[in-house]
Amino acid sequence: MRSRINALALALSIAASMLLVACGGAAAPAAEPTAAPEAAAATEAPAATEATAAPAAEAVTIRYGLWDGNQQPAYEACAAAFTAENPGITVKVEQAGWGDYWNGVQTGMVSDTAPDVFTNHLAKYPEFASKEQLVDLKPFIDRDGVDTNQYLAGLADLWGRDGKTYGLPKDWDTIAVVYNQDMLDKAGVTVDELNNADWNAKDGGSFGQIIKKLTLDANGKNALDADFDKTTVVQYGFIPGGSGGAYGQTQWSHWAVSNGFKFNDGLYATKYYYDDPKLAETIQWYANLNLVDGVAPTLADVKSLGANALFTGGKGALTTDGSWMIGAYTKDTKFKTGFARLPKGPEGRKSMFNGLADSIWVGSKHQEESWQWLKFASSPACENIVGSYGVVFPAVQSGVDAALAAYTAKGIDVSAFTAQATEANGTFLFPVTDYASEIGPIMDALMDSIMLGEKTAVDGLKEGNDQVNALFQ
Amino acid sequence: MTTHRQPRLAARREALYAWAFVAPSLIGFLVFFAVPSVRGLLMSFTNWDLLRPAKFVGLANYVRLFSDADFLHALKVTAYYVLMNIPIQTTLALGIAVMMDKFSKSTIIRGILVLPWLLPNIVVALIWLWLLDPTMGFLNQIIMALGFQRQPFLGSTDQAMPTIAAINIWRHAGYTAILLYAGLQTIPKEIYEAASIDGANERQMFFGITIPLLRPVLVFVLVTTIIGSFQIFDTIAITTKGGPVDATRVVYWYIYEYAFVRFKMGYATTISVALFVILITITFIQMRYFNANSSDLD
Repeated sequence: MRSRINALALALSIAASMLLVACGGAAAPAAEPTAAPEAAAATEAPAATEATAAPAAEAVTIRYGLWDGNQQPAYEACAAAFTAENPGITVKVEQAGWGDYWNGVQTGMVSDTAPDVFTNHLAKYPEFASKEQLVDLKPFIDRDGVDTNQYLAGLADLWGRDGKTYGLPKDWDTIAVVYNQDMLDKAGVTVDELNNADWNAKDGGSFGQIIKKLTLDANGKNALDADFDKTTVVQYGFIPGGSGGAYGQTQWSHWAVSNGFKFNDGLYATKYYYDDPKLAETIQWYANLNLVDGVAPTLADVKSLGANALFTGGKGALTTDGSWMIGAYTKDTKFKTGFARLPKGPEGRKSMFNGLADSIWVGSKHQEESWQWLKFASSPACENIVGSYGVVFPAVQSGVDAALAAYTAKGIDVSAFTAQATEANGTFLFPVTDYASEIGPIMDALMDSIMLGEKTAVDGLKEGNDQVNALFQ
Repeated sequence: MTTHRQPRLAARREALYAWAFVAPSLIGFLVFFAVPSVRGLLMSFTNWDLLRPAKFVGLANYVRLFSDADFLHALKVTAYYVLMNIPIQTTLALGIAVMMDKFSKSTIIRGILVLPWLLPNIVVALIWLWLLDPTMGFLNQIIMALGFQRQPFLGSTDQAMPTIAAINIWRHAGYTAILLYAGLQTIPKEIYEAASIDGANERQMFFGITIPLLRPVLVFVLVTTIIGSFQIFDTIAITTKGGPVDATRVVYWYIYEYAFVRFKMGYATTISVALFVILITITFIQMRYFNANSSDLD
């Protein structure tokens, strides 16, 4: 009797092991986890059906992914409004930080657990598109007559390739100078001076002078003083946001482009111009703020906690950052923070103009419902709601107006960002090309070594340019 | 007839028991080790980006590996870490073990010693990341209060790797000491007594008795800590992410970068296979050289 039980146990364990081994096989992962979202939908279905009396079979839950925690409440409000209009569809908003988010989306596509609709980024979507993971929205757009001209100029075009559309714009951002009002006052620098400053890569122009004036050593001498001691700096004039990697979105792209640099020849270009001397002199000026002048903290200082933490910790007077960070700079600071225009470079004021969009994953079991949600999320109805939260600038003008009203109500002047966006030739687009996930690691390491003074900008950028362009061969 | 059948039945039953007992480990081995290993090996002959079907590329990944300067750099950085980590950690642990053996049998001290090891790696790395922060870290506040220049620690290419080694020595030395302490308990006290009657001093006893008789435990500790040391990843993932520049881009980080940043699974597994071969070789040499399976006590 006992031996029979033992034999049974053994047989069971062997069978179990074989089952588990089979699960490890190539085909199995696709089959298993799909049950999960459907089960989730089923458990949430009663709530939806009660409200609407729609047949249970039509109740669907859409999973919607985003990485910016600040926007989660806004999109949850949108989701509620959407469900009120479309009683059979519930939207579950899922948020994860930038790094985890992309890992989760990509591995989720393999294991069949990616969200139905997710916030997409210009550096990421071309690879998803080329790996056939995104639903072409063009047929839906044509069928439902969505007007893509409702979005701010150029935003919708960023999301198309070869006649297909992979996303509808949801928001945009520009870059501006962030300042610590107390430090400006003490140094006798006015906001007007800052707004009218000019910049060049040779000596930093009047903006460079302001940075020096705002840098103080332990004896209270500023960097314009002959007795300034750069080894005992207690207040930095400028806090760089790190080395900026391949695109320098908030770090150096505005300096470089206002100096006449261009990344490449536009959407899906197959060649980068990182070896442009105009970029090299810009990056060297940027690195020398710390390496030579001592008016900026080291890369090590910035990297661990981030420029934002150093700025709000009162370690420096100026930095540059994107409009999505407005809340972070104004919420938790003990001093008054303001936003000033980027300085005028040799080619004028230039800010990177970046936009996010929502995409639908091809593996979604509910593509029609996903489209309904995506259409709503990128329509004025939702973007006005998002705007009213004052966390980001929506992609349609009425949403922008709502955001401006929200910021004004909070007493925050954000015109430095909006003026940049509406100025003629005030912006350039985020460089969208293939191989972004490989360009990133290459340029990160090289830009770091330039910032640390281990390589000159000319040498480092030449090396980076060769490696990056080799990817396209 | 019956006399023959009984033992055979008993033997069969015994075998069944044996299999039942081995089954959990065997299943674990098959599911979590054997199958993934074989799949990994197969994957290294392909070009797989996770989302599109894998393409067979033969030995292309291996050819590329041999001319990959970054892989060589990753190996060097890893070896640098292991050479800093293991000797200091083992010496320190041995010192602590001998001290405990001589002066204290306190379980509280033993408890304190393993405490860092009980903390999750991620927590340890985060705590030290904050303590060592260049601008706001506790340690730099002390350094500055003492009148010295603050140090970048994890933020400088020169200091990052020694700093990570120090963090992990802090975490593992106590645990290693406990293992060695247990080994010391197995050495009969009479041998020391006999030696001291013969007039041997502490130093002679340590190198003549303790070290040789501790060898099996020491080899076990060395083999496992060296393998663990080669697999350094979590501390780096939390603190430096392979940087600054590539100062801490160890083999495991390099594998991670290819697998989950660049999504080149084929090449990532190729590097894993290479690391596996290297570790097997090192372990084999260690076992061979140190005669791990025999003790001088026998």
